[in-house]
Amino acid sequence: MVEKAEVILGENEQYVINMGPQHPSTHGVLRFELSLKGEIVDKVVPHCGYIHRGIEKMCEANTYQQIIHLTDRMDYLSAHPNNEAVSLLVEKALGIEVPERVKVIRTMLSELGRLGSHQLWWAAFGMDLGALTTFFYGLRDREKILDIFEESFGSRLLHSYICPGGLMNDIHPNFKTRVKELIPYLRKKLPEYDQLLTGNVIFTERSKNIGIMTKEDAISYGITGPSGRGSGFACDVRKAEPYSAYDRVDFKEILMTEGDTFARYQVRILEMYESIKILEQLVDQIPDGDYTVKMKPIIKLPEGEYYQRVETARGELGVYAVSTGEKFPDRMRFRTPNFSNLFIIDKLARGHKIADLVAISGSLDLVIPDIDR
Amino acid sequence: MDQTTLQQTIAKLAPNAVFNTNPQFVEAVVPANELHQVAKALKDNSETQFDFLCNQTGIDQKGELKVVYHLRSTSLNHACVLKASASNREDAILDTVSDIWAAAEFFEREIFDLLGIRFTNHPDMRRLFLEDDFQGFPLRKDFVDNVNIIEF
Repeated sequence: MVEKAEVILGENEQYVINMGPQHPSTHGVLRFELSLKGEIVDKVVPHCGYIHRGIEKMCEANTYQQIIHLTDRMDYLSAHPNNEAVSLLVEKALGIEVPERVKVIRTMLSELGRLGSHQLWWAAFGMDLGALTTFFYGLRDREKILDIFEESFGSRLLHSYICPGGLMNDIHPNFKTRVKELIPYLRKKLPEYDQLLTGNVIFTERSKNIGIMTKEDAISYGITGPSGRGSGFACDVRKAEPYSAYDRVDFKEILMTEGDTFARYQVRILEMYESIKILEQLVDQIPDGDYTVKMKPIIKLPEGEYYQRVETARGELGVYAVSTGEKFPDRMRFRTPNFSNLFIIDKLARGHKIADLVAISGSLDLVIPDIDR
Repeated sequence: MDQTTLQQTIAKLAPNAVFNTNPQFVEAVVPANELHQVAKALKDNSETQFDFLCNQTGIDQKGELKVVYHLRSTSLNHACVLKASASNREDAILDTVSDIWAAAEFFEREIFDLLGIRFTNHPDMRRLFLEDDFQGFPLRKDFVDNVNIIEF
């Protein structure tokens, strides 16, 4: 006898489906459990942990120089600020002042990384919404930045270049000329981004008034970076607590008040111009000198607790270290921007269609290994 | 507000708090049973206005399970650290602050997952990263993992 087929619906006639963990628009292994009423999203439950590697636990068995290489693997699209956060923490704890040359180069690398990261975000965001051309444009320009990285330190994605005390090795002699070539190139190419997407009616229809986040929500959920600034939350660490060479450069903190997907999009587009401005100011001012201060092969931080925050391409990265005076930290905690940015998605996506959920999660610019660590 | 006046203001809101020396932040250790009340006062008071919970984490220090809150005020631009210890390791319990800062809901799920501190009144107290049937809490110092040995 054939058993009667049973249709299982969730509570209140909701249909529950999984989006991910292998879904192109989640950009990694993240699973959303969606409760749907027809095509309308009623509830989003994010399930994380598919790429949980236990970086915080691994840090407890590694020296501070080794930890640098673990931090690359969190937000791999802007790896420099991750390295910089740990380096600044160690330097602060030991009271080391790094040479001016190091400060300027670190700032330039962070901004180059931010440009590259925003370009990849723009490329993938357009693709999420069905505009495949953006992917080619974005990667075409990002390639130029990765070439600069490759020339100086051999790697294109996981750099591990900024280390406690300074830099792993000196920059390539071509670095300065390459950056000087890059600035006019990007100034010419970035308006193309606007032509292709920003003024596009299909795009604006799909992003304006979608997923509105209020400033109060942004603060309460701890949404930082461009996603928070799209809601008017002034959370730029580069302005609030300048580190490296950010105190001597002139740039604007981009703030929008609309809080919708389009505002978050515009913040990132305008931030790219600000990054170019910072690079322009610093490229001629790289001082001569050492690229590192001499560090002991094994760093032991004095007993105590330290907290250091930096601005990555996605928001505020906080590193909290508890040291007992040993060569390994007693506890290392990374407050990663994407972890906090993810969980507001339930609030933003409710009442919208599934296709809008893709737009919203794209506009939050999530990098999954940064959430899971 | 400079550190000494901030400390005095916090001391008024949390009379039973003990202040640790910390060169970076004002650091207050509050008794576990007063945690929720102090946290709410710190957010609502017009002189402190700690509306941004930028980091919440747990530590296993000297046999004690502690939760550390890094608070920041977006309007007044000052910061402080709040700490509370769970009474025992076997049944570690603290009050949730997820009704005060929404960000805490998921920080607390992570702390429960990795350190095994349970938060009362939390809306959804489940593991976040590890499987639901995972045994033990990896960030505790007495955790032994026979599969992935990382100690030398």
